[in-house]
Amino acid sequence: MTEPLSFELSRPAVDPPRLPEADVAGPAPADVLPREALRAKAPGLPRLSEPEIMRHYSRLASLNYSISENFYPLGSCTMKYNPVANEAAAALPGFADLHPYQDESTIQGALELMWRLEQALCAVVGVDRVTLQPAAGAHGEWTALRMIRAYQHSRGEARTEVLVPDSAHGTNPASAALSGFQVVEVNSGADGRISLADLESKLSPRTSALMLTNPNTLGLFEREILDIAELVHSTGAMLYYDGANLNAFMGICRPGDMGFDAVHMNLHKTFTTPHGGGGPGAGPVGVKAELVPFLPAPMVERNNGKLTLDYKRPQSIGRVRSFYGNFGMLVRAYTYILAMGGDGLSQASQDAVLSANYLRKLVENDLEMPHDGPCMHEFVASAHNLNHDGVRALDIAKALLDRDFYAPTIYFPLVVPEAIMVEPTETESKATLDAFAQAIKEIVAQAKTDPQSLHDEPKKLPVGRLDEVAAARRINAYLQGQSEDPVLRWKAPAD
Amino acid sequence: MLEAIGVREMNDLLVDIPQSLRLESLRLPDGLSEFETMAQVAALAKRNYVYPDRLTFRGGGIYRRFIPAAVAAVTSKPEFYTAYTPYQAEASQGTLQAIYEFQTLIAELTALDVANASLYDGATAVAEAAMMAYVHTGRDEVIVSGYVHPEYVQVLRAFGEGRGIKVRKGGEPSKKTAAVIFQQPDFLGLLVDARGLTTAAHDAGALAIACVDPISLAILAPPGEYGADIAVGEGQQLGLPPALGGPHVGFIACRRELVRKLPGRLVGAAHDAAGRRGFVLALAAREQHIRRERATSNICTNHSLCALAAAVYLTYMGPYGLRQVAEVSFKRAHSLAERLSSLPGWEPVFPERQFLNEFPLRVPKSSSVVKKLARKGILGGLEVHRWFRELKDVLTFTCTEVNDPRAMDELLAVLQS
Repeated sequence: MTEPLSFELSRPAVDPPRLPEADVAGPAPADVLPREALRAKAPGLPRLSEPEIMRHYSRLASLNYSISENFYPLGSCTMKYNPVANEAAAALPGFADLHPYQDESTIQGALELMWRLEQALCAVVGVDRVTLQPAAGAHGEWTALRMIRAYQHSRGEARTEVLVPDSAHGTNPASAALSGFQVVEVNSGADGRISLADLESKLSPRTSALMLTNPNTLGLFEREILDIAELVHSTGAMLYYDGANLNAFMGICRPGDMGFDAVHMNLHKTFTTPHGGGGPGAGPVGVKAELVPFLPAPMVERNNGKLTLDYKRPQSIGRVRSFYGNFGMLVRAYTYILAMGGDGLSQASQDAVLSANYLRKLVENDLEMPHDGPCMHEFVASAHNLNHDGVRALDIAKALLDRDFYAPTIYFPLVVPEAIMVEPTETESKATLDAFAQAIKEIVAQAKTDPQSLHDEPKKLPVGRLDEVAAARRINAYLQGQSEDPVLRWKAPAD
Repeated sequence: MLEAIGVREMNDLLVDIPQSLRLESLRLPDGLSEFETMAQVAALAKRNYVYPDRLTFRGGGIYRRFIPAAVAAVTSKPEFYTAYTPYQAEASQGTLQAIYEFQTLIAELTALDVANASLYDGATAVAEAAMMAYVHTGRDEVIVSGYVHPEYVQVLRAFGEGRGIKVRKGGEPSKKTAAVIFQQPDFLGLLVDARGLTTAAHDAGALAIACVDPISLAILAPPGEYGADIAVGEGQQLGLPPALGGPHVGFIACRRELVRKLPGRLVGAAHDAAGRRGFVLALAAREQHIRRERATSNICTNHSLCALAAAVYLTYMGPYGLRQVAEVSFKRAHSLAERLSSLPGWEPVFPERQFLNEFPLRVPKSSSVVKKLARKGILGGLEVHRWFRELKDVLTFTCTEVNDPRAMDELLAVLQS
């Protein structure tokens, strides 16, 4: 069952909710403001009663798969359980009701939390300071590259290129371009790891930084990371760590020790702040000492037990977000770190690696494994072996949906054809992993006996496969002025 | 599980990590029970002073407003908050449809053609809009007109530097100008001549970017009506608590001709083979995961759950509830402005300019006034001098539907004592 839009459910007879009256003798807008400043026609918002609204959104909620109900092995996204205590902590009025422009003396608890979170993140990734301002991973990447550029400028160096492996997340090259760099791609070798030879050939005095995910997006640890770091640093360039895969090795090793100069972390991946259907997240960035002067302002500082916001940072790249970042997400992440402790975080990563290797083993005869194991916290399989039956990674994904599993990430990384990227995380039980593996086996068997039937999946969901190509065609027609239906929003039918 | 994998111990799975990098343990305390964890976190929360909403007369971009219980009742549904970016449309229709409704609500409010799924905040929304203008016009200068939120301008500068966009404060647009950016009402709460600024931008071949307060749009002419090309803004007032500044939600809407330059996610309607309507991520070829270094923006994770909160809020209010909220705030603020202006030495800074529910006053000994109010548990006006040197002793006060008349009496009583 699909659900009508709120706009379609709207009834003109519905009264607005009861709201306070002004109860003061003040002018109405129309008494004071010139007519041309006023809105001529009320905005077309829907009109629904509260019970109708609640039912509408409850029905919408029931159309979603989510971690709360489903295994959600979306590779690179670390979809682990979100402890509900995090939500309770962020909802405390002592955090939720703080105005960002209150005096510092009245937010000492909040600043203390930010300070302690920074210390904890420094300990986990092995850096000297962390900015909590960036709102998401990509925002963090860009912030880090700005700092690297500012640092190099301060030394009179005009480095113009950023190296990005071919297996990197799309945000890496996008962030580099947004920071004003040329992007140079580095190839992976046959073993799925960065090719040292190719890296060497692409490093030059123009190189500003190498952006690297480790373990990489194939779930493989870059064994030669120390050689890579030495090579990059020997040219005067810096090493940037994409923290999307940090869940693989908390307490096992640290990017700072590997030689990374700047590191972003996704609090919504590793530190269990919920993904929210696509955010809000938080993407703090940690840096080594030489980049500290360039961190965004303000930073939380501690002097004689008193916490302050330090805006006097003359070399800072400036501000990357209003106020102090996604504070509510910082509260959640700090709550998680307190509860887990150093021992718990280490265990979490080990369990994540164990889960991934176990699941990989269970399906290694069903799907192609383009690279040898062991993997870290995720693995990339390929549906390439099923292509001769006309079955693609997309079909596997859709068939999993019909078996109550959310699908893994598919067609990424780009270096593996028909990629299926699976990240089970540490919060899933062995029983769940077994059930998922069983589902894969059944789907692969179905691919061999009745490949055609897979193209019709999913069948049990509120809608079947949606025709994105037709939708794109309709959007194009609108954008080219050949149609008045925007497709990207609802419009009242013309009377 | 180790046995099934075919290894003897956990370390066998970690063989790729050089020994020299291996840690013994993390230098962090051991974990705690939920009870102990919450006790520690609550102790930190208690070290903050929470000003009651009715006694909060400070805004500056973040406002205390009435939040219907329906908002949290919806956003705390785990089916919404524990899902992720709806890559598998068929199993994410709840999130996709909610975003589609949000896009429509923002488009309706701003009277522009298309809005995206959300951005991080008002500040990055301004920066993203400037980027769109830069790409669309091929010009590399943007003009910030008047009192735009200083933190938005700081973020705009930081973004601009990466792309080589020059940010100019004030001045006439020229052939070099990609966009004129203004805020309506501005950071001080005052109305600007949005029509005039838009026309001036267009006359120079530049785009007009309006940074708007979403609740003001129940009263004020929307950007689409006066011809602005892009509207952006901060959506905190639409059902989100202040939370020391985040997470909230940025929004962006534009004219049809600019849709391909929009940053971030867009949801569109599509149909399945049986003709049923559903929703999908659309125009993805603009985005980083497809276009990589040629993407319109690097944004991936945005602020979906906050957009959901805004959608619930706007749906709850409807067109007339929203107008009621805006009008009550307007009346109360005008009443308060009059009462405050009658205090000895207190005077409007720009008496000829109109405002909605936030306004600047020049106040003798403004710092000590603010401190005095704080001692009585009142969050008084914002000292804007910290950003604008010319506004010495200027405080901006704000008033919304949560500041009841008695709260205003209390404010006045403290000021007169």
